[in-house]
Amino acid sequence: MKIHEYQAKALMKEAGIPVPAGVMVTTPDEASAAASALVAETGNPVVVVKSQIHAGGRGKGRFVEYPELGGVSVVLEGIEGGVEATQAKVAKLASEMLGSTLVTVQTGPEGKMVNRLYIEQGIDIATELYLSVLLDRSTSRNIVMASTEGGTEIEVVAEETPEKILREEIDPAFGLTDFQAARISYALGLEGTAVRNGMKFLKDLTQAAVDLDADLIEINPLVVTTDGTVMALDGKMSFEENALFRHPNIVALRDPSEEDPAEAKAKEHGLSFIKLDGTIGCMVNGAGLAMATMDIIKYVGGEPANFLDVGGGADKDQIAAAFKIITSDPNVKGIFVNIFGGIMRCDTIAEGVVAAVHEVGLEVPLVVRLEGTNVELGKQIINESGLNVVSADDMKDGAVKIVELSQ
Amino acid sequence: MSVLVNRDTRVLVQGLGKTGRFHTDNAIAYGTNMVGAVHPSRFGETESFSGDTDHSGVQGRPDRYTAELPIFRSVAEAADATGANACVVYVPPPFAADAIMEAGEAGIPLIICITEGIPVADMVIAKRYLADRDVRLVGPNCPGVITPQQCKIGIMPGYIHTPGKIGVVSRSGTLTYEAVHQLTLNGLGQTTAIGIGGDPVNGTNFVDCLALFNDDPETEGVIMIGEIGGTAEEEAAEWIEANMTKPMAGFIAGTSAPPGKRMGHAGAIISGGKGTAEAKIEALEAAGVVVAPTPTDMGTAMFEAMRASAS
Repeated sequence: MKIHEYQAKALMKEAGIPVPAGVMVTTPDEASAAASALVAETGNPVVVVKSQIHAGGRGKGRFVEYPELGGVSVVLEGIEGGVEATQAKVAKLASEMLGSTLVTVQTGPEGKMVNRLYIEQGIDIATELYLSVLLDRSTSRNIVMASTEGGTEIEVVAEETPEKILREEIDPAFGLTDFQAARISYALGLEGTAVRNGMKFLKDLTQAAVDLDADLIEINPLVVTTDGTVMALDGKMSFEENALFRHPNIVALRDPSEEDPAEAKAKEHGLSFIKLDGTIGCMVNGAGLAMATMDIIKYVGGEPANFLDVGGGADKDQIAAAFKIITSDPNVKGIFVNIFGGIMRCDTIAEGVVAAVHEVGLEVPLVVRLEGTNVELGKQIINESGLNVVSADDMKDGAVKIVELSQ
Repeated sequence: MSVLVNRDTRVLVQGLGKTGRFHTDNAIAYGTNMVGAVHPSRFGETESFSGDTDHSGVQGRPDRYTAELPIFRSVAEAADATGANACVVYVPPPFAADAIMEAGEAGIPLIICITEGIPVADMVIAKRYLADRDVRLVGPNCPGVITPQQCKIGIMPGYIHTPGKIGVVSRSGTLTYEAVHQLTLNGLGQTTAIGIGGDPVNGTNFVDCLALFNDDPETEGVIMIGEIGGTAEEEAAEWIEANMTKPMAGFIAGTSAPPGKRMGHAGAIISGGKGTAEAKIEALEAAGVVVAPTPTDMGTAMFEAMRASAS
């Protein structure tokens, strides 16, 4: 689960990690008031207006409605013009950004609408660095990744100058040790008071990752200020879905406007669904088989409209819900149901499919491939239903048939 | 011969809730030697099982089975009393990692965890805990392990399996069933099928299983089924190149998966350009594995690999 930058910074602040002062706003008036309050509080005439969307690359991103305008704007007008000039500029930026569509390298060409802004104090930056805490799957441990190349995407650094990335593995029995925190701080070139500040930052951040069940915390850039403070100038956090049951405070940070409505609806029904751009709707049991079903549709020349795993124990209601979600996508020109019944019986699936079709109707071709437990009974139910359903012998046969029928 | 489990495997079940009970009953019907249960709130009771024998399992049994399973409050007590040498975990996600560690502490040599949805942080700790102990964890979030007609531990349908020559190892449950079913239909059969699970942190990996199959005299070939996310398949490819003496077929799910999206399994995600199906297929093919273009072709890919190695 992803959260916004301002939410991540609030969580960091709670964990004792230095972040700039800032206020989240949703209107130009709020933005203007927040800016003047920040200037009064910090004494710094510079403020930053940052679009809050669940995607990176905001600084380099541009608005569809204002092609010159980036997703992050530093407001310098107050240096000479005073707080009124700051307020006027912030209000203007806010009125342009709010409700507009920001396109970044991570949003895709359609972009994302900006509904929230974060107004933040300006910081006197001495150095920009990179820091992240994430799971390393090959060692089954969290690692710290650090680099002196702050502000650049870490994938780019990894590609072009991999020697500039430092990795430090954390033993879960001990956490990040002092000597490891020191080693990272030295490697980042910290000196003087910044070494101690950096070590504390690292220890607090790695502990926060464990305490919050974050699967990624990325600070890019991490900055050292002119007075040696080590601070998170940006902050990205995402959380492991399996651990959300023990973090109601994090669940409360969910922003439904950032989520695909169909995916959210599927989740309510206990279905694992991901919307894609193609025309063949898929309903499958098992994540691996669901992925392979998308693959095989593509392999035979079609394009999958979704990933959908109904799981090992779906009932008739879930099958019906799955059907509704698939058919509500106007791009869908055909549906492929691909089931290998293990614990789940083919007759149950067949009954669910027939009931769902009776309930929601069927305006596109439907191919059903059943295999496994009670397969004959399942096929019989489909054949005797009087519905216009095509049976498939195996997965490839089914994929070929649905791609042909949906053209 | 076979790997990990056979007719001498004595199995404890941890977690005798609805799911645990259902699959324990199926396992007993198949002929698995279930010897006890750990379920602290029901300490001292016994659980009764009876029903129609699953004749696709252990051969030569009567048509009906009955069994009484003693219920214990700890794995250590259960292991002492029953001489169990394997356990299967159906404990719900918030408590499953602790159940795994308890089994490790009791020295159960084979711990198979079926539970899906265990927090990754819990598994990081559990794996660290097991690292110093001479035990093996399979899973979590897996269908389990089966040696046809000898021992079935987990949630896979027993009847699709048949004893034979091929080892199967997979991150995906239903794709394992696809492979097994094809191997049953084409007559090759299976020595043992192992689900290693779809989570980012798991116990036994591909390399462990390939090494076991490589050393098993009855295994004549191996099907390995991977998917997007992580680098376990690439690591397996390196190992295969250096060590594998038997023909191998493979399949990788997720060639059409968009990056940055978790495809059902917690571990099935392409992140930062890493973990793509293309990279995995390329690595496996370079190591001499015949990679099936679709799951329907896994069985024929195995034949092809066996023919190529025979010539």
